Amino acid sequence: MKHIPISLLLGAALSSVFLLAAGLSLIWVPYDVESLSIADRLQASSPAHWLGTDQFGRDLASMLMVGARTSIAVALVAVGIGITIGVPLGLAAAANRGSVLDEVIMRGNDLIFAFPSLVIAILITAVFGPSALNAIIAIGIFNIPVFARVARGAALSLWTLDYVLAARVSGKGKARISAEHILPNIGNLLIVQATIQFSLGILAEAALSYVGLGAQPPTPSWGRMLAEAQTMIYTHPMLAILPGVTIILMVLGLNLMGDGLRDALDPRLRRARQ
Amino acid sequence: MIHIQDLSLSIHGTPILNGLSLTIEEGTVFGLVGESGSGKSMTALALMQLTPEGSSISGQAKLDGLELLGMSEAEICALRGNDIAMIFQEPMTALNPVQTIGDQVAEALLIHGAASKSEAQAIAREKLDRVGLSHIGADRYPHELSGGQRQRVCIAAAIALRPRLLIADEPTTALDVTTQAEILRLLRGLVAEDGMSLMLITHDLAVISEAADHVAVMQKGVIVEQGPVAQVLAEQSHPYTRALFAASGHQPDRVEQLAPEPLLSLRDVVRTYAGPRQGFKRGAPLRAVDGVSFDLHKGESLGLVGESGCGKSTLTRAILGLDPIQGGDIHLFGESIIPVMPAHLRQGISVVFQDPYGSFNPRWKVDRLISEPFHLLAERPSATQTRERVAEALRAVQLSPDDMTKYPHEFSGGQRQRIAIARALITQPRILVLDEAVSALDVSVRARILDLLAELQGQLQLSYLFISHDLSVVRAITDRVLVMQKGKIVEQGTTEAIFTSPQSAYTQSLLEAAPKLSAAMGG
Repeated sequence: MKHIPISLLLGAALSSVFLLAAGLSLIWVPYDVESLSIADRLQASSPAHWLGTDQFGRDLASMLMVGARTSIAVALVAVGIGITIGVPLGLAAAANRGSVLDEVIMRGNDLIFAFPSLVIAILITAVFGPSALNAIIAIGIFNIPVFARVARGAALSLWTLDYVLAARVSGKGKARISAEHILPNIGNLLIVQATIQFSLGILAEAALSYVGLGAQPPTPSWGRMLAEAQTMIYTHPMLAILPGVTIILMVLGLNLMGDGLRDALDPRLRRARQ
Repeated sequence: MIHIQDLSLSIHGTPILNGLSLTIEEGTVFGLVGESGSGKSMTALALMQLTPEGSSISGQAKLDGLELLGMSEAEICALRGNDIAMIFQEPMTALNPVQTIGDQVAEALLIHGAASKSEAQAIAREKLDRVGLSHIGADRYPHELSGGQRQRVCIAAAIALRPRLLIADEPTTALDVTTQAEILRLLRGLVAEDGMSLMLITHDLAVISEAADHVAVMQKGVIVEQGPVAQVLAEQSHPYTRALFAASGHQPDRVEQLAPEPLLSLRDVVRTYAGPRQGFKRGAPLRAVDGVSFDLHKGESLGLVGESGCGKSTLTRAILGLDPIQGGDIHLFGESIIPVMPAHLRQGISVVFQDPYGSFNPRWKVDRLISEPFHLLAERPSATQTRERVAEALRAVQLSPDDMTKYPHEFSGGQRQRIAIARALITQPRILVLDEAVSALDVSVRARILDLLAELQGQLQLSYLFISHDLSVVRAITDRVLVMQKGKIVEQGTTEAIFTSPQSAYTQSLLEAAPKLSAAMGG
């Protein structure tokens, strides 16, 4: 590809910083985030603690790294749930356009869309108990209709093409045509949608953790760091600013990447640029 | 009036037009004819200064002594739509679907400040009347109109400011023959009565011979020959003109091999679509195919002719077992395919579609594309057998076996159609359904594909069901013709009989409307 959009480069760079930090935290963090050290509490940034410490003496840089891991894991699995359930549903609906199956799938989607997602996520975690796993499920459920819609819409336009007709004349079944002809040709769209949903997942995870329904202590999470910093926002604003800015940059990076990917993968725009 | 001298154009260094010179007189029709990629549309775009990014133009193009090339964007904008107007091939997409046709005709007047809002509406009404739409309200939307009516709206918008020159780029290619004849008559009338000039761009020599006064033949960005239509077509002094002419009326050599053994028979086939929604109910169902019966015999080549919307594509899909039918019966090789086509029959019938670009999954290579129908065989050939048979199929359609590792976008339109034929032949079918299979191709490519089809029919004893709106093609390759109108077969008979002494009024009007090359030759 000759032209790579600047937004794609910027977004990918920004996102990969956080991905690398999360990956690194698996093997090494500057300080253990689960042990408290009251003597070191509320330090400003220093060579020993790059970003300072919180009111329990935990190293903020380490907490942000481990928190990235939590956020990314939750968002990734939630998007995975959306894709693995939503895309096949969308393909099935498109393959049987106008049938009862199509109606059931799409009206089911409308039903999920009709609920305010975050409120329902809070409901689910409140009923089944707050934990990272329940947060994943709650966020994942709301990804299903998004992917089903995208997959169905794109697949419908492909079903009218001659090469799909030719495959039908070859006696191939709907499932097989969906897998061989439709899915590879809507991959671009799904990748772009996945990036956007990933960033929304991170936001949702932060929101759930903020109200105490996501990852539970002592596991660090960006949302809970914000919540814990709330009482000290006037005395030690950095405690709130750091996780807040981190969330903003991560979401911004993913959105830029999604935007750039869409431009890079869209053949119409590619032609226009040439 | 328009005087082009030595016009050359290159895009990113690739030469597109090379030293074009031509003159269009006032009140005449100037035909620009050539195959795809010859640069005929680019000539028009160069006149309008609408060339794509990265192009550089040299030479002169004068409108009444006013140099067009090198004008600033503001100057040329004042000319566009005002002195030079343009209409395009596809009337379905050339109009904005959310604006009324009256507003769209009035738009040019308002942009150029030629009239107040109410005056513009009045002029729009007048222009719509002028193009023969007096029975259509100006407050209608494009989707409420037929293709021919939409093209008339485009023409009304183009002539709203009484342009000196109207450029029509393939204005009738997307239309049926009867509609084409009407639009050409309208354009000629406008030229004669309003003293406007018309640049008519087309690939169809027959259209030129019926509608143009002067013609320029283009090949690879060069005008190879130009002059008065009658003279150019009669003398054909340039070899390319001769080749184009020969290809237009090309008659492939066919071997008569018809055997009275019906392979495919349809009896009273009915296909209906659900009627329009009326609240919670639906209206009476639409009968897209209405009691069609015919037989296709072994080794026969049967034509199915009709205008768009007559139900021929719907019928094709029913024959291929892709859609259910609501009445009647279809027998393939003596077995009924209703309600579901038995799997073992499928390999006996295959299809080639119209669009050489949409017929292939862009992510597959040729070998996988061609061998896709192997899916039908009870015994799947091994990998080496598959390769051999794909190579054989490629050779049969006169492509190289080395082509099997390429992607479809690496081929030209004609080559893709050969690949589509190779795919259709890979399971050694006995019936080949050709759904407008040569309609999208240039005349010279079309002639070669028709030759190939005739040759394959002789070699492999194939039966063809040849579906087309193009009468000359059908005449060239079929033994027998069915004429379809509004879901019914209105006439059938041997090709010669249908074309020489048509019985039904509809067939007569179809033949009457089709542009003819020989007519110009006689005069």
